[in-house]
Amino acid sequence: MLSSEVEDLAGKVRSKDQRGMARVLSMVENGHPLAPPILHSLYNPERSGLTIGITGYPGAGKSTLTNRLIAYYRKHGCKVGVIAVDPSSPFSGGALLGDRLRMQDHASDPGVFIRSMGNRGHLGGLSGTTRDALEVFAAASYDPVLVETMGVGQAEVEIASLADITLLVLVPGLGDEVQTMKAGIMEIGNIIVLNKADRPGIEQLEMFVNASLDLIPDQTLRPTVISCSALSGEGIEKLTDAIANCVSFGTGRRVIARRRTKLILRSIIREKGKELARKHVSDRYGSIEEAIESILEGKTTPYEIGEMLSGFLENKRENENECKRD
Amino acid sequence: MDRKIRVLIGKPGLDGHDRGAKYIARALRDAGMEVIYTGIRQTPEAIVNAAIQEDVDFVGLSLLSGAHNHLFPEVARLLNEKGGSDIILFGGGVIPEEDIPGLKKAGFKAIFTPGASSSEVVDFIEQEIQTH
Repeated sequence: MLSSEVEDLAGKVRSKDQRGMARVLSMVENGHPLAPPILHSLYNPERSGLTIGITGYPGAGKSTLTNRLIAYYRKHGCKVGVIAVDPSSPFSGGALLGDRLRMQDHASDPGVFIRSMGNRGHLGGLSGTTRDALEVFAAASYDPVLVETMGVGQAEVEIASLADITLLVLVPGLGDEVQTMKAGIMEIGNIIVLNKADRPGIEQLEMFVNASLDLIPDQTLRPTVISCSALSGEGIEKLTDAIANCVSFGTGRRVIARRRTKLILRSIIREKGKELARKHVSDRYGSIEEAIESILEGKTTPYEIGEMLSGFLENKRENENECKRD
Repeated sequence: MDRKIRVLIGKPGLDGHDRGAKYIARALRDAGMEVIYTGIRQTPEAIVNAAIQEDVDFVGLSLLSGAHNHLFPEVARLLNEKGGSDIILFGGGVIPEEDIPGLKKAGFKAIFTPGASSSEVVDFIEQEIQTH
């Protein structure tokens, strides 16, 4: 019964049933037990479907730019997917997801599928399940899929590893340029978009960005800089040309497939490892809280628990090898 | 599993008074829900399209222009048509007492009129999700 439900839902995604796809996206987001088998069924490492990441400060105009890009790709006959991530409240766990507000031009277009996500405590500007959600969009043949991150500041660079092309959106007049030099935000864009180019301060911003890019040791990796106004639409064609150039300049399909697969596997290893380790510590001490008590009572230290975990995973592997030999 | 209650708050029709809608959106967020706010001047088609794609449990409509007797049932009809008949509908705004039975008949589980507190809306949603 289980497997027929999995096949039924996977089939709905493939046949582009919006309701079915929306349900599967919720299952993925909620960590539903059927989500992994559905993703297993949908996964195709050599899938088409370009992922364009859009990141930048809060208020930089990411949603408005996304709205423009949707219009452009729709005009060219593409079915466009959008994943828009907004922050969840760390206090209530709730979220106010408002990115659709700026994408109203496409609100009733059946060729556009927009999904809003709360980050649900995940750091890095995305939600922990954005990557898996992308597989669902691709299986329903949305191409491209635009991923709009939450407003990010200085080190939320996860999008760069997830998207095939990343747009970093900057705006003039935010002042202190040292802010952008601090941690890594300037390093993630394939294309740097200087939005709100009709505003004062655009020349200084251009100058500063270009001067920073001059410092990149390998100038073949230098990102393209495009000035535009997402609101008026001015400069958008320059941007979409730059995206197209980036794609053709970019690596072949096998390389992209390998990169995507590596990232998915890495995040699954991380998640599963965390789960397994947590469970083992809970089993051993009754609960994580009780493990903390034991440490506070001087019976053990966090490091000893770490060693115990390494031993546990090592033993598990030996047991498995023995099973195979038997 | 970490399931969140998802609610779409939308304003169909032509009035631009969105303070009530934003106030409710904020209150639901503070109650731990994920609220998709779609903004003012939405067509019923756009609201229903968003509700389906966002896989929400509830759609709440706010309207102060007086066109509720037309627009609320239209949202309900389209939602049924698109396979979203299990999504629970509620509404709010300046809605005369005598219109409420008709809207309930059209599929609205609750109508909140001026003076209703945000906690009444939160309670309604939390009760409905239990029995749903």
